[in-house]
Formats: sequence, structure tokens, C-alpha cells
Amino acid sequence: MKMMNCPLNGLRNISEFVHGGEVKEMPDPNSCSDKEWADYVFFSDNAISVVTEWWLHAPSGYWFIAERHTGSDEILKTYDPSVLFSERVEFSAPATEVKA
Amino acid sequence: MPFSLLKYGLNKDYPFEQHADLPKPTVLKSHYDVVIIGGGGHGVATAYYLAKYHGINNVAILEKSYLGGGNTARNTAVIRSNYLTSEGVKFYSESVKLFKELSNEFDFNIMYSQRGQLTLAHTDAAVRGFRQRAEVNKHFGGKTELIDPQQIRELVPTLNMNPADMPVLAGLWHMDGATARHDAVAWGYAKGATQRGVELHQLTEVTDVIVEQGKVTGVKTNRGNVSCGCVVQAVAGHSSLLAAKAGFKMPITTFPLQAMVTQPVKPFLDPLVSSPSLHCYVQQTGRGELVFGGGSDPYPLYSTRSTMDLKESLLANAVELFPFMANMRLMRQWAGLTDITSDYSPIMGLSPVDNYYLDAGWGTWGFKSTPICGKSMAEMVASGGKVPELIKPFSMDRFNSFRQVNEMGATAASH
Ligand SMILES: Cc1cc2nc3c(=O)[nH]c(=O)nc-3n(C[C@H](O)[C@H](O)[C@H](O)COP(=O)(O)OP(=O)(O)OC[C@H]3O[C@@H](n4cnc5c(N)ncnc54)[C@H](O)[C@@H]3O)c2cc1C
Repeated sequence: MKMMNCPLNGLRNISEFVHGGEVKEMPDPNSCSDKEWADYVFFSDNAISVVTEWWLHAPSGYWFIAERHTGSDEILKTYDPSVLFSERVEFSAPATEVKA
Repeated sequence: MPFSLLKYGLNKDYPFEQHADLPKPTVLKSHYDVVIIGGGGHGVATAYYLAKYHGINNVAILEKSYLGGGNTARNTAVIRSNYLTSEGVKFYSESVKLFKELSNEFDFNIMYSQRGQLTLAHTDAAVRGFRQRAEVNKHFGGKTELIDPQQIRELVPTLNMNPADMPVLAGLWHMDGATARHDAVAWGYAKGATQRGVELHQLTEVTDVIVEQGKVTGVKTNRGNVSCGCVVQAVAGHSSLLAAKAGFKMPITTFPLQAMVTQPVKPFLDPLVSSPSLHCYVQQTGRGELVFGGGSDPYPLYSTRSTMDLKESLLANAVELFPFMANMRLMRQWAGLTDITSDYSPIMGLSPVDNYYLDAGWGTWGFKSTPICGKSMAEMVASGGKVPELIKPFSMDRFNSFRQVNEMGATAASH
């Protein structure tokens, strides 16, 4: 069976993994147009090339990123998503007291 | 006879050339009114209806490989109309009607064989879904019923009624279910189209699409450039790649779909049998072979390789349905590239580029639609881009307005 290198669990059978789609930047759902949202949700390049994709290692519930060639099925690298999201998310709304 | 056979045997030339069905390849002209990209069933059907019913025959079909060598040659030929949505059922029912008449229309046998399709429910939810499908189907004139385990036993005595410990609760019995010889469908259309003046250019790959001021004006090929009035794109698994050349994206992902066939045995199985829960369908061909198919591969890929994993998972379930098949030998296996949409319905109609028409998103279910899709596409081309009512719900724009036509449940492992 084909194997994939999970950044958390090492080499595992491909049947343990679930494909999650191309990595794309999500538009802000509150401000983007319907067309932009549809574009994000449904439309894709679907090209023959090296593609950066989300994958899930199902038994451990761990999401990561793989770079794979969609023509040869060669998996070039896999890494933890923190590499993409290394910046800290700042919550701008000030914490307010919740009244019962 | 033996003498003439011997003569043919020693002859260096192929003796039947003068009777060939398709005209010899000609030079590629510099202009056509209509260019059809893709010489699969859909492309040649569109050309046929254009020439026969609309008198438009300055048409070139450009095929990068050979006639019908794509998914048209690779599918398992299930023809049915027992879908879920009224848009879907209406559309596919028209195709079933055309298929029944196709051998007469061509004066060429496409081996249409109506033996009914039986889909198995192993859960209450599936029974509810089947009830709805039966009603929608009957409403549009189809012959579909919900049947009980006793009726299933009578239809298919060899079926294990408790496969993989998932008892069969009911069946969707679709009497219109059929198969046809897929190659013959492509040949029949190609022959009819070329006899009426359409040119079929095999080994002619479209390498780029020429768009000027938002309108298509021609295509580039490995045999030179061709200008044209309009283009119909019918390239199945390669849809997104062609669209990219024309400058837009599609809501399509390309997945391999595999199928396989056993050695021939005596006839024992009349209906087509499918189990969505077991991701598996089985049918016996006129030659006695058993054809197995299932769902697409689990992740996108542009490769028609076959995998051991799919064989193991698919055949394990097939053997659950028919345990005595465990000792049979596989003869052939293959795969095709399927263009899957997220709602499991096709994309037919206009594109963001003027005069560039789409016939795509046929995924694992588009053989059965070959006649009606070709007829509708021809109507649209002949009217200069007026989309026929029947195919309006399947525009690519439905994804922008979130009006999908959901056929996922009715497609899953039945095609
Ligand atoms: C294993 C399998 C089983 C299936 N089972 C069923 C079934 O039981 N029932 C059903 O209804 N459907 C089934 N399908 C789906 C069905 O086969 C397809 O939807 C249908 O055949 C599509 O027809 P087409 O003419 O659009 O595509 P194709 O027959 O694939 O034709 C497209 C053609 O375009 C050509 N092309 C691509 N790029 C270019 C280019 N740049 N320039 C020129 N030419 C190009 C290709 O070479 C190809 O010949 C199955 C598919 C597979 C793979």
C-alpha cells in the first residue's frame, strides 16, 4: 500500500488519511461577496502540478499539510500547519464582564 | 472461404479499408463554424445532432487521442433515470428514451439491453430515500418501485440477503435500468456525423484557447491553429485544464475511477445490482463476465493507474453480496479520469467566455446522458447560445447562486 509520512505519527498507510482539499486563503465571510465565497468553497484550479493540500490522519485526528504532485502522486513533503499559521491570532474585541 | 481467408492472411494491406465506417483523416482546415474539443461520446453526439437536426456540418471534432478512448471506453455502461431531484430525473429520463431508439436511429446495433437495476437498502434512512426516489421517478413517467426482501429473493436468488452483517431491508427496483455497448454508441454517432460532413480529427490535441475581448475566436492545436465561430468543450476529466486555457476556473475535481471484470461464466444475473452502503455494484455482461465497480478513488489524481487497495476493498464487498464469486478470476482492470462536481450533477451551458460552451462535470455518471446531452448542446449551439429549458438547472453559475442540484445520494456507488 502507498505510504504517507504523517508529521505527527511517521510513515503510515495511505488508507489512514483523509484528503481535505487545496490550501486556499479564506475570504472574510462577513464582508466578502457571494461570488467570492462560492469561489472559495466550490471552484478550484484542479491542475496537474505540485499542490499544497490539507490532509487528516484520521486515527489521531491530526490535520497537516502535504505537497503532492497530482500527476505522479508523489508526496514531496508533509508538515505541521503551524508553519503556515505561525503568526499569533489577536482578538480585537475587549473582554467584557458577562452579567447573569 | 478458406482460400479467400488465406489470401487475406498473406495480404500486406488491410483488406477491408474500402468498407471503413469513418472517412479517412483530412487536412485540418483553418476555420470551422463549430469546434468540438473531445472526441468522446458527448463530443461526437453533439456533432451528430448538429449535422442531422440543425444542418450545421462545418464542424470539427478535435480529439487528442482516438475516438471514444476516454471515459466513453472505460465506463460500465449503466443507463438509468432513478435519480432524486426533479431536474435530474426529467433530464435522465429523456436520455433513456433516446437510448431505446438509438439502434434504429443509427441502423447499427448498440446492444441496448434493458434488464432493470436493483439498488439495495441496508438502513432505514436508505429505505426512506428510495421511497422518495420511486415517487419522483414515477411522477416523470419512469418505472421504479420499492420492493421487499421476498421480491428481491425472487429477482436475484443468488444474492446474500445479509451481506457484511447488514441485512437487506428493501430494494429500489428500476425497471428502466439498462446497459448498452459503450463503444458502439461512440461509433454510431461518429459514423452518422462524419457521413453528414463533420470532420473527426484524431491525434489532434488542443493546446491553447484563443480568447479575444472575452470571446473565443479559435484554438491552437499540435497541428496548427484553427479559427472558429464557437467552441464546445467536452473533455471529461480534463475539463479544468481546458478551462484554465480559456481563462476560468471550474467547480470540478478530477478523481480516478476504477472498474474490473472477471472471466465469463454461465448467465445467472439478470438485473444490475448495486449497494450504496457497500460502495459496490455488480452486473453480468452479455458475454457472461461480471463487471464490478464502486466509488471513485479517495483523493484527486490525474492518473489512470489501478490500485490493489481498491481491488481489495471493492471485491471484499462484492463477495459479501455474492459469496460464490470468491473463487472467480479477474481478467481485466482499468481506470478513467472523472470530473466530479460537489453536487454530483453535470455542468452544461454557458461559460464566462462568450461562444465557449461547457459539457462537463460528468464524473462517474455521464455515459447514460450521452444522447440527451448531445441533443441539448446541439440545440444550444444552433440557437447561438440560447440554453434549452431542460439543461438550465445545470449551469455552472448555479454554484455562484448556491442552487446546487444534489444527486450525491442517488449517485454514490451506482453511477
Ligand atoms: C470506470 C468508469 C465507470 C463508469 N461507469 C459509468 C456508468 O456505469 N454509467 C454512466 O452513465 N457513466 C459512467 N461513467 C462515466 C462516463 O464514462 C463519463 O461521464 C462519460 O463517458 C463522459 O463522456 P465524454 O464524452 O464527456 O468524455 P470522454 O469519453 O472521456 O471523452 C473526452 C475526450 O476528450 C479528449 N481530450 C482531453 N483533453 C483534450 C485536448 N486538450 N484536446 C483534444 N482532446 C482532448 C480525451 O482524449 C477524451 O477522448 C464511468 C466512468 C468510469 C471511468
